[in-house]
Amino acid sequence: MAYSEKVLSHYETPRNVGSMDKDAKNVGTGIVGAPECGDVMKLQIQVDEATGKIIDAKFKTFGCGSAIASSSLATEWVKGRTLDEALAIKNTQIVQELSLPPVKIHCSVLAEDAIKSAIHDYQEKNGLDHDHAEASEHTKA
Amino acid sequence: MALKLPIYMDHNATTPVDPRVLEAMLPYFTEKFANSASRNHEFGWEAEDGVKLARKQVGDLIGADPKEVIWTSGSTESNNLAIKGVADMYKDKGRHIITAVHEHKATLDPCKRLAKMGYDVTWLEPGPDGIIYAKQVAEAIREDTILVSIMWANNEIGTINELPQIGKVCKEKGVLLHTDATQAVGKIPVDVNEAGIDLLSGSAHKIYGPKGAGFLYVRRRKPRVRLTPIIDGGGHERGMRSGTLNVTGIVGLGKACELCRLEMVEETARLSGLRDRLEKGITSQLEHAVVNGHLTKRLPHTTNISFPYVEGESMMMAIKEIAVSSGSACTSASLEPSYVLKALGLGDEIAHSSIRFGLGRITTEQEVDYTIEKVVTAVKKLLDLSPLYEMVLEGIDINAIEWGAH
Ligand SMILES: Cc1ncc(COP(=O)(O)O)c(C=O)c1O
Ligand code: FES
Repeated sequence: MAYSEKVLSHYETPRNVGSMDKDAKNVGTGIVGAPECGDVMKLQIQVDEATGKIIDAKFKTFGCGSAIASSSLATEWVKGRTLDEALAIKNTQIVQELSLPPVKIHCSVLAEDAIKSAIHDYQEKNGLDHDHAEASEHTKA
Repeated sequence: MALKLPIYMDHNATTPVDPRVLEAMLPYFTEKFANSASRNHEFGWEAEDGVKLARKQVGDLIGADPKEVIWTSGSTESNNLAIKGVADMYKDKGRHIITAVHEHKATLDPCKRLAKMGYDVTWLEPGPDGIIYAKQVAEAIREDTILVSIMWANNEIGTINELPQIGKVCKEKGVLLHTDATQAVGKIPVDVNEAGIDLLSGSAHKIYGPKGAGFLYVRRRKPRVRLTPIIDGGGHERGMRSGTLNVTGIVGLGKACELCRLEMVEETARLSGLRDRLEKGITSQLEHAVVNGHLTKRLPHTTNISFPYVEGESMMMAIKEIAVSSGSACTSASLEPSYVLKALGLGDEIAHSSIRFGLGRITTEQEVDYTIEKVVTAVKKLLDLSPLYEMVLEGIDINAIEWGAH
């Protein structure tokens, strides 16, 4: 399979690889996928409680090159965004940015799910109502 | 000598044609172009001579009489002819067939088709060593068993089934034994009489011959095996496989067999040395890497190594200048984990990241060393990226986690 330049770039030098303390109150952790499916993505965000913005993000991915690239890109994109803005990131944008072929669309879906899951984890930890957050996303859309 | 990239390490998939084989074939395209069945002119005799020599060369390699060699287009056809041909010919005697779950698709699918047609198929399962033992076969044989089809050596992990013993069991019980020896012929000693084989499939392109040429050995004495042909026509090959012979391919196949026979001892020593070097180089630097299947009862040139917590496709991407074969990648990309490795009982996350290295006549020590370095670097990098490995390091049992469906 031929990979796009951008996939190769993220694959060869993945951005924001690493882990944060998952017990910290200002960290949200999302783990999606399953080993038997051949993919597991872990994405973590660190939120600045004063501004509500994501100030840092880290990932680790067990998956194909496209999954690694999608999660690497996702960490870049969430940084500096508010939670609502990050929730608005769509897998189709990842597909477009990385020129993913149809068989690799689900890798981008995983990345979107990982962002959402990390944000929900943060919201739950901090007693924030994430249904409300999702609703606001929909009204914006 | 400078290392040339990419490196070919997929000799179980196919092999390059040996220049000596090509040289033997060339005249049969041009000057000696005739139909080997043209009995009434010199052109025909010349082509027939080439085919005759090839029959002898194949026979010499597997301990068979030249007359017992039936030309086919390759092992897929040979397996089909053997399995379907016996099933139909002996259907009044019984309708039970025994094979194994980790055979090549060219055996599995003909058996599945027969099962749909009302035959009863027993699928033997290997243990973690990948080997089918004679005891399993003996226990599965029934009154109505007409055929046992067990491969000589496995194409994914290179393990060698308990063959002379399986042959003995089949002889004792009077059941025909077919073996798909595609990966074994020319690589390790194969003798149809010693191993009690009644039908044996082989293919030229796995032994430095051309693609599209193969053979089926069909025993003529004790017992005389009969087959219902799949391809009817001019009655070539004792009526078992009609069609004008692929003379060039057959000549190449014959020459390829001759070279394998003459060079086997030396080549086996060289390749198993290189294979061991590769394995040691990798497993000594990567503590989690495991070699799949039996460690001694296997082909000299093949190793299948699993890299737990690393995913197969990303691994292939990291070592893209080395041509190898990967068990699988993510199921969602419609690449399934290898059914052969699953048959050995490997967990999914391990079956997902296995690589088959197939060394061959063109493989050099320098290539092996380069491969070791690349693989080790790639796996270390991917382990750093792996959330599963991180969990393992933290002491979390990843099999105990309830993973979400997706
Ligand atoms: C064990 C085994 N059987 C059968 C085949 C099919 O052989 P051919 O390509 O000659 O049809 C192969 C090759 O992939 C093989 O490895
Ligand atoms: S993770 Fe499944 S194909 Fe990419």
